[in-house]
Amino acid sequence: MIVAEGLTKYFKDLVAVNGISFTIEEGEMFGFLGPNGAGKTTTMRMIQCVSPVTSGSLKIFDMDSISHPREIKSLMGVVPQENNLDMDFTVYENLMVYSRYFDIPREEAEKKVEELLDFVQLTDKRDTMTESLSGGMKRRLILARALVNQPRLLILDEPTVGLDPQARHMIWDRLRLLKKNGVTVVLTSHYLDEVEKLCDRLVVMDYGRILVEGSPSSVIEEYVGSGIVEAENYPELLECLNRREASYEVIGDLVHIYTNDPQQIAEYLTMKCPISKMSARPATLEDVFLRLTGRRLRE
Amino acid sequence: MRACDYFALPGVSSKSLKVWQRNKDVFMKDIKLNFLPPFIEPLLYLVALGFGLGRFVETIDGVPYAKFIAPALISISVMYASFFECSYSSYVRMYYQKTFDAIIATPLTIEDVIAGELLWGATRSVINTTVMIPVIALFGLIDIRYSLLIIPFAFLGGLLFAAIGMCFTAITPNIMSINYPVLLFITPMFLFSGTFFPLNALPEIIQYFAIAFLPLTHIVNVIRSLGYGILELSLLFDLIWIIVVCAILLLLSINMMKKKLIV
Repeated sequence: MIVAEGLTKYFKDLVAVNGISFTIEEGEMFGFLGPNGAGKTTTMRMIQCVSPVTSGSLKIFDMDSISHPREIKSLMGVVPQENNLDMDFTVYENLMVYSRYFDIPREEAEKKVEELLDFVQLTDKRDTMTESLSGGMKRRLILARALVNQPRLLILDEPTVGLDPQARHMIWDRLRLLKKNGVTVVLTSHYLDEVEKLCDRLVVMDYGRILVEGSPSSVIEEYVGSGIVEAENYPELLECLNRREASYEVIGDLVHIYTNDPQQIAEYLTMKCPISKMSARPATLEDVFLRLTGRRLRE
Repeated sequence: MRACDYFALPGVSSKSLKVWQRNKDVFMKDIKLNFLPPFIEPLLYLVALGFGLGRFVETIDGVPYAKFIAPALISISVMYASFFECSYSSYVRMYYQKTFDAIIATPLTIEDVIAGELLWGATRSVINTTVMIPVIALFGLIDIRYSLLIIPFAFLGGLLFAAIGMCFTAITPNIMSINYPVLLFITPMFLFSGTFFPLNALPEIIQYFAIAFLPLTHIVNVIRSLGYGILELSLLFDLIWIIVVCAILLLLSINMMKKKLIV
């Protein structure tokens, strides 16, 4: 569905995407993770054919993104990071005007728009100007708008940013439904639980490169192990851990111990080490993310 | 981007009409309000300048003052309508409303979007002209036979000022800075293009400057001739000037916007 080879993007002298290669299969839900400035949005914009590729190749539906942007875009739906609904129009008009850009005949568009309003539960709001919609409603309308051309590929750049749990769950639910209907979904998100729940495969990017690729569970397994034991940070504890050659990370006054067998580590610690408090929990994608990209704040 | 790239032929398709249609739909939502200015403005100017000030002015080239300025009022409206549409309004759609971003995620390209904006700007000039002509004709100030030709001409003139507006939209760092071209280019044209007094009242050097660099001069010449119902060969020069400059600026405006928006 999407094949990128050595995909590179420069903004003047700044390299935003640095020779990444990936393949996204038809019907897959694929996630791009990474801190701010990692190159996710730039990659999304190249896939959307709105930002020219500096070098490397990018093929979507077996077509080159540079030479066939119109054809590619006609088969694709886009949920951008920033809400860009047409505030001169109502909810209904937004979808109708957008359908026109895809040359969808009027009657067909009317039918599809009714269907989509129902799909994102905005039928009651059809005559509301978009400015008066809540954040969640705007996001739902943008999702509906991305579907007017019945896309085979849906690109979502942080689809649930700033939404309450209800709205997030609703969007997830709709995305799963779309996937079930054979739509290929590509998304970026900072909500790692979202990606862990939804995506079949993911990549973690940083500084314009891909650091890891795989399914959420395999990535967790490979980079942190299945469990994490958190304990308070004492020098004696670290010594104790070093003796056992355990994999751990010090985070302020906490120590994260990465393991596939939390129980065994916990037993070892209580028996052999001076420890006051500890807890075990399953590892998450967030642990992988922080381990790979570090804890320093990004601009 | 090399210098010659700014004059390359952009890949505009007929899909740009969808953008034109979008803007038309928005315009039609407030049609009453939008029709008011071209209807009221010429009346105010005609009463104040034509009939008020005009009483103290002798005829100009044998023409009463109101009749002299009536075609200029139409020309100014052609300029204002498309310039403001493709400067402030396009900037708002581009920067604040993100309308262009939303549209280029569809099969339309940025070239289509800008072309649609320019066509719509020119259409605004045509709409204004179409509203003004009957009002002015009612006062018997324009020749009704030829004045209908002003309407298609307003599209050409409108395209010219749309392209000028779009060039400024492409280089302006923020919306407030569009005030500079308005103050330094549009307002001088409003006054010094043979609008409210004949160009030959000015020093010769300024006359030549106006003919060479102030597009409104040529628009006023053409519309005034059509308004008087007298067609002269010298109009051909004005027409050629307008067509050549318009073509250059259309290419330039689309390529400049493309450079600004496609990164």
